[in-house]
Amino acid sequence: MANIVAIVKMVPDLVEELEINDEGTGLDRDWLRLIINEFDNHAIEQAILLKEREGGEVTVIAPETEGVEDMLFTTAAKGADRMIKLAGDFEEGVNNHALAHAFAETAKNHQPDLILTGVQANDDLDGPVGPLVAEYLGMPYIGYISGVTLEEGRAIVRKEYPGGLIGEMEVTLPAVLGIQAGEEPPRYVAISKVRQMMKTAEIAEAEISELDFSGGISAKRMYLPEAAERAEMIEGDEEEIAAKLISIFKEAGAL
Amino acid sequence: MTAANLGFTTEFYESLFEVADGENIKTCLQCADCSGVCPFGYLMDFPPGRMIAWMRAGILDEMLDTDSVWMCVSCYACTEVCPKNIPLTPGLMTRAKEELLLAGNIPAELQSALEFSQRYGNPLGESPRKRAAWAEDLDFEVPIMRKAKRPVDVLWFVGDYASYHPRVQETTKAFAKLLHKLGIDFGILGPEENSDGDSQRLAGERGLFEMLAEKNGKAFGKYEFGEIITTDPHAYNAIKNEYPQLGIEYPVRHYTEFLAERIEEIKPLLKGKGDVKITYHDPCYLGRANGIYDAPRTLLEAIPGVELVEMSHNKTTSLCCGGGGGGMWLDGFQWEKGEVRLSDWRVKEAVTSEAEVMAVACPYEPPRFEDSTKTVSGADTLVISDILELLIEAIG
Repeated sequence: MANIVAIVKMVPDLVEELEINDEGTGLDRDWLRLIINEFDNHAIEQAILLKEREGGEVTVIAPETEGVEDMLFTTAAKGADRMIKLAGDFEEGVNNHALAHAFAETAKNHQPDLILTGVQANDDLDGPVGPLVAEYLGMPYIGYISGVTLEEGRAIVRKEYPGGLIGEMEVTLPAVLGIQAGEEPPRYVAISKVRQMMKTAEIAEAEISELDFSGGISAKRMYLPEAAERAEMIEGDEEEIAAKLISIFKEAGAL
Repeated sequence: MTAANLGFTTEFYESLFEVADGENIKTCLQCADCSGVCPFGYLMDFPPGRMIAWMRAGILDEMLDTDSVWMCVSCYACTEVCPKNIPLTPGLMTRAKEELLLAGNIPAELQSALEFSQRYGNPLGESPRKRAAWAEDLDFEVPIMRKAKRPVDVLWFVGDYASYHPRVQETTKAFAKLLHKLGIDFGILGPEENSDGDSQRLAGERGLFEMLAEKNGKAFGKYEFGEIITTDPHAYNAIKNEYPQLGIEYPVRHYTEFLAERIEEIKPLLKGKGDVKITYHDPCYLGRANGIYDAPRTLLEAIPGVELVEMSHNKTTSLCCGGGGGGMWLDGFQWEKGEVRLSDWRVKEAVTSEAEVMAVACPYEPPRFEDSTKTVSGADTLVISDILELLIEAIG
């Protein structure tokens, strides 16, 4: 019977074009649409799969931003037992150091055996959340996980390596795992079930200490990729093109 | 027989009575016409007739562990032939998909289309803000209701594929040009329009359908207009037959009805471009589901030089393109089950009819049939055109 906590966040939805704020230091959040971080969604699925297989309870914690309630009700419909939103000034975006402090503080109160989170997110500017939370809580961390088995006081995890290699390792609990992929893809829940949860389930609100941004970075300038005319179109017949290519390679020191 | 399976079967059986004429299911003769006429019946573990037989035996819960119900393209072929008028498509098959969906037994391909519909209001996963982007390169303005701030005669419900699919946008632009040319006072909802939700409903997601319908109902309620016109038979079916049950009641017509009524006004605009043999594919949701067979043919016959030929399956026996009832989002699943495409079958018939053009009237069709012309033998010169595109071409 494991006590599993999933820590998740909403990130910019790339279906809309991103815009830079007037200061040129970050995204213009007025027009931003948020969506659950895809890897976090896998972490939720893994948590629920573990609960279904081994029993236990799943608590999902997320900072309070636009769309977070719909997301939490959806996780309730999937089978999460407790949903908690962190009350704080998150709308303007915070760095992962500050967020990890808030996650750690709240997760600790639930005495988790296992903390699951997405291995990365598209707005991670100062490293992923998982290792930071593990550091603040003094727990071990393993990332790039695609399978978890729980045993007495420990977990056996499958860690993905480049080139199709999988490592199987053992970690003492409590621990933080960065989920690359759940053992099953995130499930679909019928809207009628989500709507039912909106009527019956409750989202708890957790007060947190003042956000602590220390250790993170601050962006000096954020900008869209700039178009440059660096491509040279080589014209001519095959022989001419080949000869020109060889001279370019030689000039660049590649031949 | 255990109490559990009897419980499911009984509950399921009784839920079928809630659909119009639902109690007709009690009179099923087990003639199996439904399963035989079903274009994918031979691939299904539970075609409609067998589903009823197992229901009568009290063991229908076994269906929940199978997935071939997802092969149903909601084409109404079974409903059309049933001698006892059992609402097989809107009742039995749709309810079965609802149960599979609630049980979490849903193909991954379908899942993303449903998630996109919920999140973005369209199953393609496109930006809702760009719903009216297709109109940007026209040389006249397509009025968007929120900006126009005035009542219009015609509220054009554009629909998902007509708004976003690059091929179907050509049809959409043709309709805009035609409305403009005829001087019709019209407007569109633009980003306020959501998916009509009908195919999601027929793919078992009733809750999603209701959510989308409510959003559209709210948008309709904000503006004054005479009637709704759409180029999408699925949107037409939803607004005409399903939305009223949710208290959203507006007059709606498919563009073929709307234009056929104005045929005398259109005829003088149409110039002949030489003789051409055209066959017409009846879309399921215009034809069988709503009985509109003449208006599209009236429009085609008005074009000078057109000889209309019929395919062997036409009108009530028309073949589905494969896109209905969630089929638009299950191409991979369908291929894995049968290694066949319904659109190929239809294109073969068009080739046999010796038509040069297959005319269509549903946004699901041009991309599906055009794909098939690339693989079906002898179909490489067959042109797939929406009636709207043929009209605009003839106007020149």
